[in-house]
Amino acid sequence: MSTPAPAPTTAVSNPSVDPLTPNLSDAAIMRASATPNLPEPTQQMEKVAKLIDISKCIGCKACQSACAEWNETSPEIGICDGTYTNPPDLSSEMYTLMKFSEWENPDSGNLEWLIRKDGCMHCEDPGCLKACPAPGAIVQYTNGIVDFVSDKCIGCGYCISGCPFDIPRMSPTRNVVSKCTLCSDRVAVGQGPACAKACPTQAIVFGTKDDMMAHAETRVDDLKSRGYDRAGIYDPQGVGGTHVFYVLQHADKPELYSDLPADPKISEVVEGWKGPAKAVGLAAIGLAAVGTVLHSIFGKPNTVSAEDQSEAEELVDAELGAEGQQREEV
Amino acid sequence: MAEREYSESTDRIVATEPVEIRRYATHTRINHWFTAILIVLLILSGFALFHPSLFFLTALFGGGQAARFIHPIFGVVACISFLLLFLQLWKLNLMRREDITWARNINEMLAGNEEKLPELGKYNFGQKVVFWGMFWLLLAMVVSGVMIWQQFFPSLVSIEVRRWAVAIHALSAVLSVLIIIVHVYASLWTRGTLRAMVGGRVSGGWAWKHHRKWLREVARRQDTPPAE
Repeated sequence: MSTPAPAPTTAVSNPSVDPLTPNLSDAAIMRASATPNLPEPTQQMEKVAKLIDISKCIGCKACQSACAEWNETSPEIGICDGTYTNPPDLSSEMYTLMKFSEWENPDSGNLEWLIRKDGCMHCEDPGCLKACPAPGAIVQYTNGIVDFVSDKCIGCGYCISGCPFDIPRMSPTRNVVSKCTLCSDRVAVGQGPACAKACPTQAIVFGTKDDMMAHAETRVDDLKSRGYDRAGIYDPQGVGGTHVFYVLQHADKPELYSDLPADPKISEVVEGWKGPAKAVGLAAIGLAAVGTVLHSIFGKPNTVSAEDQSEAEELVDAELGAEGQQREEV
Repeated sequence: MAEREYSESTDRIVATEPVEIRRYATHTRINHWFTAILIVLLILSGFALFHPSLFFLTALFGGGQAARFIHPIFGVVACISFLLLFLQLWKLNLMRREDITWARNINEMLAGNEEKLPELGKYNFGQKVVFWGMFWLLLAMVVSGVMIWQQFFPSLVSIEVRRWAVAIHALSAVLSVLIIIVHVYASLWTRGTLRAMVGGRVSGGWAWKHHRKWLREVARRQDTPPAE
């Protein structure tokens, strides 16, 4: 029996060559879609996070390549849409995408090239998981990773409605959704995500959330000392914080970065649809069904009497009889 | 032939001893039960995704993926089938003045004093509510359903609209099930009603008690006695 892999605290170190068993098991699942009575996870892990420091990104797309290579996806060869963004959007074959936007800073007059690596944010309160109707198709581990379990996915696309970041993509051929896994398969054996491993400038770093937060704070201080007064951390609290988070030069205007939402949270429509409304709906149906049964037992049925029938006979005789007589006269 | 206001051209007295009236033609009955079967299949496959405690129902259709695939197809077929039924029934289901009086005094009906209520044509207020309720709810469900039909219409509407569509779809489903419960129970509680949709005939007494104007018109219109 080999030893379980340690939880990774960095993406840069080379992997152990010893045979290790994965450290992520079902015992570490803290939330699962459509599973109201999930047992408490017995494996508590330290929260992990991937920090993306946009100020250090040079737009090389090594992360995109590493992602496609590690996950064995084959994004379609696209066309140039006039920007460096390629493919044009996330897809079921492209879990992460460098989104290039050009912005003229009105304060400095400089043209800034803001490059954001888009992909799953691994929310602490995941909207996809809340919206999913298939038991166990979306799980959240105690280390914060939100993962899709394709075997259990039914292909309904509800997670797409649930996500406040527009991340999950449906495969048109396999009819299952996919997205960034935060390389849960690598993390499980002690390695950091492929994108972080491949990043040549350490704009993407990986470790415990605490370490990454401390590192992000030093980065923000550094940026502020160099004139980026509005530099800050993007770790949106509307979704309970995220396990992929950003350092932004202009944290006051996240929309500049290819429409990063300023205050993302699970839509109230989704909360309403997935919240108590479901139980109320089922209860109403149950009550109506029970009500009819009780009424049928204790109530009196609405029956037709012999009088009603004879009234009808009279009426019909009168009408048809009259018609008959008329015909005879003719 | 006399003008028709309360009855369909296929409604006629088919027996006199005792009096029996044909209420639904064969094609209407087939249409009704075909729609009913599809709606049952829709409820089973749809409620499987409505609440985790009902997810096991997907097994009836071959699993989650299969239930997800087949549900909207059932939906489209059910809506076409309902539309055919709608075209046959809508006219006599238009609300009339006497329906309001009837609805205001619905307690009398529940208490068994139906003779205190106005005489009615082919449908009463409750039947009309079921009819129009199902019409509007099915319309809401087919429109919102197409919007969330991921497999064939993945980018028909924005995600924000899709959120509303999925919520409206679920709400309409709950309301339509409530209507169906009322529909089924009313047809069982009111004895002699079910046979109208099974064999197509009702007794004269039933027609006299519940739909007297309809009975009067059917009798008046008819110029030949039933063949027996």
